[in-house]
Amino acid sequence: MPEQKVVETDYLLLEAPREKKFITGSQAMAEAVKRANADIAIAYPITPQSETMHLVGDLWAQGYLKDYYRAEEEYGAMSAIAGAVRGGARAFTATSGPGLLRGLEAIASWPGHRIPAVLGVLTRVVNAPLSIQPDNVEISYLLNCGMVVLHAENQQDVFDFTLASFAISEMVDVYLPIAVCTEGFFVTHAKGYVNMTPEDMKLPPRDPYKAPVPPTDCEIPPARIQRDAPVQKSNFMSYLIHQVWQQEVWSSNMRAMKYIYKYLNGPIEVINPDAEVFVAASGCAAAQAREAVRYAQMEGLNVGLLKIKSIVPFPSKEVRETLKNAKAIIVPEHNIVGWLAKEIKANIPNSDNVIGRPRVYGGMTLPVELIMDEIYAALGIKKDKTVLV
Amino acid sequence: MGLEYVKISPGFEKYMPKDYVDLVKYGQFGRQIDVQQIDQIKELVEEHPMCAGCYMAYFVRIFYASLPKPEDTIVLGTAGCARLALSQAAVPFIYGNYGDTNAVASGLKRALNIRFPDKVKDVVVMAGDGGLMDIGFGMTMHSWFRRENFTTIMVDNEVYGNTGGQESGMSPKGVQLKMAPKGKKFDKINAVELAKIAGCVYVAKLAPTNPKRIAKTIKRAILAAREIGPTFIHIYTSCNIEYSIPTERVLADAKEREKNDFGFYEWMTDEAKQYIEEQEKKMAETKA
Repeated sequence: MPEQKVVETDYLLLEAPREKKFITGSQAMAEAVKRANADIAIAYPITPQSETMHLVGDLWAQGYLKDYYRAEEEYGAMSAIAGAVRGGARAFTATSGPGLLRGLEAIASWPGHRIPAVLGVLTRVVNAPLSIQPDNVEISYLLNCGMVVLHAENQQDVFDFTLASFAISEMVDVYLPIAVCTEGFFVTHAKGYVNMTPEDMKLPPRDPYKAPVPPTDCEIPPARIQRDAPVQKSNFMSYLIHQVWQQEVWSSNMRAMKYIYKYLNGPIEVINPDAEVFVAASGCAAAQAREAVRYAQMEGLNVGLLKIKSIVPFPSKEVRETLKNAKAIIVPEHNIVGWLAKEIKANIPNSDNVIGRPRVYGGMTLPVELIMDEIYAALGIKKDKTVLV
Repeated sequence: MGLEYVKISPGFEKYMPKDYVDLVKYGQFGRQIDVQQIDQIKELVEEHPMCAGCYMAYFVRIFYASLPKPEDTIVLGTAGCARLALSQAAVPFIYGNYGDTNAVASGLKRALNIRFPDKVKDVVVMAGDGGLMDIGFGMTMHSWFRRENFTTIMVDNEVYGNTGGQESGMSPKGVQLKMAPKGKKFDKINAVELAKIAGCVYVAKLAPTNPKRIAKTIKRAILAAREIGPTFIHIYTSCNIEYSIPTERVLADAKEREKNDFGFYEWMTDEAKQYIEEQEKKMAETKA
């Protein structure tokens, strides 16, 4: 491995020179970990996560990380991540689908424990029936636990979001775990161009004492969240302690937004802000939405793109502003429940204009034509369908 | 640094709670005490919300008085009775989720090794029979397979005491408990043999009848875990509530169990034995 020098966070994320590579989403995530000055990674095999954590294992073998092991299962992996972070280390892991759900009890407790870890979520279906295809319904299970949830469209996003997440999660006014989600296979196993910072530069190390809740390392007095556990108090104190703790977690979550602006160019991306019809999407669906908007513009239709990068905290104000004059809002998704459509509906006044279609699930691809059909329907354009069989 | 974080910054003595000032002045931080001095020192845990006559509460007191380096020790627990007293001690305590102790301890110990390669930082798990042998079984076993350097102490009350008296894998066969209305159908899990097979380098089983022996066992387990490998102590800490043991009969019950199935048992690898002997010699010399 090349000797890595520590550079300022702002320099690495915003100014450092970048070199273009043609790599998979899994490689992009590992390349970000390589530059993150992470101490430890803990892995458990699952499809399609395993390649990312294989590559991270290789990073450890090469000396980029100080420790790495294959855990017994996701609950063990996620619990060990909590232990490592409480011990003051910078930690990373990744999982998907059933693995995410198996580790969810531990993951959902990270925000309350104030664990600034980075979790790769490389989506696949939730069983049953057994399948390993890239449905992203699992992201909906992460929306209410207090962690920051980012949704990457492509390999470039995976690199940028993952590297920035290490910095954002440890900001003293955030101090929460961040999930970097993207679709399994479509992004993890496919190659795309990624502009990457130099291999010989890394983030500054974690300073565990710059923290709202200090590490448990017998170097400074420990946090009293264990000793004064609400369960041992009167009912009233119990309600109160837990209430303020949750408020603090969610306020901290909101405070991540300013860093999302600083390091990720904001929580949304808009193409054609004056559009009559918007396609609003996140993750891999945003890539197809982008194509649909391009097709529509070629046909002279007034269609715009709203790509949402940050699912939690949700960019409520930005989404309202963007969609305020939209006649129709088409929300294509890779799941049956339509969690993004629900989120958008809950955040805008004209929710009747939201068209929660097309939805593909079970890991199906999302053809641009399906989005085009919705655009035509919204604009009242009748098209003759050509059946290609 | 351990001792430094415990001490009160100059000028702040009069603002600190008296309990804490006493702990620093008269407690066991930075020195070795004999467990029989327990009533002459300021204890690491004094008040706790456990039931009257609870043998586990007594064991937790002895445990804290036995720590070889309390100022550099982190204790982990899980849901259950022990947690109630463990969290009241003047030693950092981590409570995660159900049965996760040995996974959290694995991550924690590794992080401490990365950050403080030249310092002694003892990590000790103390959890119940349900936490370690039922819900957390996989994580307990795998921490041993991986030879993680920390101590696991199972306070075995043979029941889920905190949740209201349900059967655990460590309950004796035939005992009628909640969730076992017709009596438990299978034998008590042989945790000691599992620990030996899984890679623990020091394994002990005992009933808490002899405080000096408990202290020695705990010290040995913690010392061996520092350098040699995982260590395990299986201790009988009866639940006088769920097993209806009158308070004045709690010690007699422990003695009876000691005679029957909890006789003192200690096993260690040659490597652990050699290391423990060296360390005990060193400690004796320091004392002298």
